[in-house]
Amino acid sequence: MSDADVIVIGGGPAGVAAAVELRRCGVARVVLLEREAQLGGATRHCSHSPFGMLDFRRIYFGAAYGRRLEAESARAGVEVRTGHSVVRIEAGGRVELATPRGVETLTARRLLIATGARETPRAARLISGDRPVGVVTTGTLQAYAAFHGLMPFRRPLIVGSELVSLSAVLTCLTHGARPVAMIEPGPHPLAPAPLMWFPRLMGVPFHCGTELLDIHGDRRVEDVTLRMSDGSTLKIACDGVLFTGRFIPESALLRPSSIGVEPGSSAPAIDPYGRTADPHLFAAGNLLRAVETAGWSFREGRRVGCAVAEDLTEDLAREPALGELVPVTFDPPIKLVVPGLIRRGNAAAPAFRDFQLRFTRRARGRLSLVLDGRVVWTREKTWMPERRILVPIPPAAVMANAVHVGFEEQA
Amino acid sequence: MLPEHAPAFDESFDIAVIGAGVVGCAVVRRLALAGAKVVLIEKGGDLLSGASKANSAILHTGFDAPPGSLELDLIKAGREEYLSLAGSLGLAVVNTGALVCAWSDKEAEKLEAIAAQGRDNGVSNLALLSGTDARITMPGLSERLVAAIEVADEHIIDPWTAPLAYLTQGIALGARFLRNAELLEGRFEDGWHLSTTAGTVKARAVVNAAGLYGDIVDGRLGFTPEFEIRPRKGQFVVLDKAAYAHVPRIVLPVPTEITKGVVVCPTAFGNVLIGPTAEEQTDRVRATVESDALENLLARGAQIVPALEGIPVTAVYAGLRPASESKAYRIFCRPEKRAVTLGGIRSTGLSAALGLAQHALGLIERFALSLSAPAAVPELCLPNLIETQPRDWQQPEHGEIVCHCEMVTKREIEAAFESPVPPGDFGGLRRRTRAGMGRCQGFYCNARLAQMTRGRLREPLAVGDEPT
Repeated sequence: MSDADVIVIGGGPAGVAAAVELRRCGVARVVLLEREAQLGGATRHCSHSPFGMLDFRRIYFGAAYGRRLEAESARAGVEVRTGHSVVRIEAGGRVELATPRGVETLTARRLLIATGARETPRAARLISGDRPVGVVTTGTLQAYAAFHGLMPFRRPLIVGSELVSLSAVLTCLTHGARPVAMIEPGPHPLAPAPLMWFPRLMGVPFHCGTELLDIHGDRRVEDVTLRMSDGSTLKIACDGVLFTGRFIPESALLRPSSIGVEPGSSAPAIDPYGRTADPHLFAAGNLLRAVETAGWSFREGRRVGCAVAEDLTEDLAREPALGELVPVTFDPPIKLVVPGLIRRGNAAAPAFRDFQLRFTRRARGRLSLVLDGRVVWTREKTWMPERRILVPIPPAAVMANAVHVGFEEQA
Repeated sequence: MLPEHAPAFDESFDIAVIGAGVVGCAVVRRLALAGAKVVLIEKGGDLLSGASKANSAILHTGFDAPPGSLELDLIKAGREEYLSLAGSLGLAVVNTGALVCAWSDKEAEKLEAIAAQGRDNGVSNLALLSGTDARITMPGLSERLVAAIEVADEHIIDPWTAPLAYLTQGIALGARFLRNAELLEGRFEDGWHLSTTAGTVKARAVVNAAGLYGDIVDGRLGFTPEFEIRPRKGQFVVLDKAAYAHVPRIVLPVPTEITKGVVVCPTAFGNVLIGPTAEEQTDRVRATVESDALENLLARGAQIVPALEGIPVTAVYAGLRPASESKAYRIFCRPEKRAVTLGGIRSTGLSAALGLAQHALGLIERFALSLSAPAAVPELCLPNLIETQPRDWQQPEHGEIVCHCEMVTKREIEAAFESPVPPGDFGGLRRRTRAGMGRCQGFYCNARLAQMTRGRLREPLAVGDEPT
């Protein structure tokens, strides 16, 4: 006998939405495990951006959104356990976790993992120089400001030009810090170009094609050296470096498991129901594809929750009898395709109606979906990195022996 | 800051040890055990502020040390003492064994001589293996492996808890630790008057264990330095814990004349380390990392163990080794001035530290200081940080898990600050607890740590005194 019908790991938007949906679908015992003290995940510290417009028909900010998630979970009868940190996922629906009482294990008929994503820190970017205090990511900066009323610097250099980078600028400006500059190593900003007027309007110089060469500082950051787009180098005094974006899935629990992670995305491969190669294990949210909005993750979590509920009703006692898995292949510079697996012959309504794609770089050309060598969908344009790209999953995909997302680049 | 010549302590000491690296800490412990009243003088804000903070964390057998050298004797003595102490002090020790790997026929030709030298050095547990046999003991190694020597008795240890344990034991025996105290000048007049940036210290004898500043400190003590420190930088990459399963053993290269080469080895904390580089430089302070060198280390690691390709980088670091113009340790004893210099401990300091401490005591005994009777050895066990032993998060009432990547508890962090040797800076806290050392590098916990450490670190994580 299991301890729960479903254990959901991670109390961010995707995990909470899945847990609530599972209860709404009549699943009796749903346990939500969250290692922090509150639900909300990354939304807890994003004090500026509004959440919940589509999900709750009203706008929430930061902690208030987390409280709404808590209220929803309680109302739905989800057993929420905060301060519970999963340390290992074992095959067959078993998890080992750290609790305030020590180590415990729990078992469930299904696991749903929604551990989200985080930004790439300085070390993994292999940036040269000293390693002083004052080098953080946006998430860290916003946790300083939102949770503790602290700031890690006053005059940081901001690295990156994703949407989160603009959020970082805003956090700085509203908390008494003035960024000395914002740089993007690529030739174009990653956020939509009109938005990039925002830092400029706020008096923060923005440089594309500019690389951070060196961080210098004995105890705290003192200055940085940049290589500008014209090849010249520039030294700028500052007291911090803020690395923004380059989100990667928080998939550490899966790397040592039998599921593993995909090389391009560092995420687990799932089928259109959110199910991994282990039929007991499902996944949803930014763990799958760093990174989407809270609302997107919420709705995705809800749909995967529904798929898990359906999976449980179809199979009450026995092992799931599932079709053969067909991996979805893709051409470079496509970085990832979610779902990355198609399960042959599956007829139930899927949680994912589209393939979600990301490109590693800006590329112009023809994107196509190919089933058994036959092109069934195609579109030509300039594709941008870090942007949402959707390709509809045709019903015929479940009959295919080969599913490929092709790309032909044009000069 | 205190006036330059204000006394740091009213009392005078038997022995002043200069430099709180692994060697200095081991010397303090050994001298305190022998009944000496010891003061440890450190320029930085914490122990391990210099060369000792960055190394490959291997407890060497000495199989490849220069035959007949003092270094070899001290590595063996140090290793033996470490293994005998580990249980009682709570020090990590993992017997991984090592493989000296030959990647070409030319390298393979050298293995016989390396093994012979190892046996001459008194390391008996050596075996020459074919590439195929070596890959049975470690399947992750590349198929290109030609042959290898298995050195079964090599260990990995926690390189930061060990010196902390030595110093903590010294302090329990009455030793004093003076931080932020750079030695400015020493005068010997019927005893040492050591002027430091934290005040004047009086001691009957002095031990220079100043590592990267060994020659400079000898100069400031009024000696003509008999050696010159030539810092050698080593950069390292630490891979995610996912790499650990692929690297159960220390993988050593066949050394060349110039360098011991790049090592791939597991760490006691469950990661995998690739490094070091060997780069001569004149700067004794800055140990920068460089993108190109780090990329090269990653590529080298994946050549040796192909499964490491694509495993995320957790951390990068660089350290300086206090090499000198000679390969040999630069140890000098000046009985007329009651001074001992332990210099040029270039890369085996962690293994040899306890041996060096025994050796230093032997030299100091010649000074006839008539030390008081040794005190009873206080019992002491440091918190365990390695994954193969029970950790604090597995026990109830740990408060909260602050660092999720390394599973560091609030109780552990508080205990570090309340310990006899509390951390002086963030690096010191990281080394004592592993907080912020994991894969997210503080994404989740750095803000909480900033709040928990307010007013407790020399360089605070948060700027400004007041909340914004």
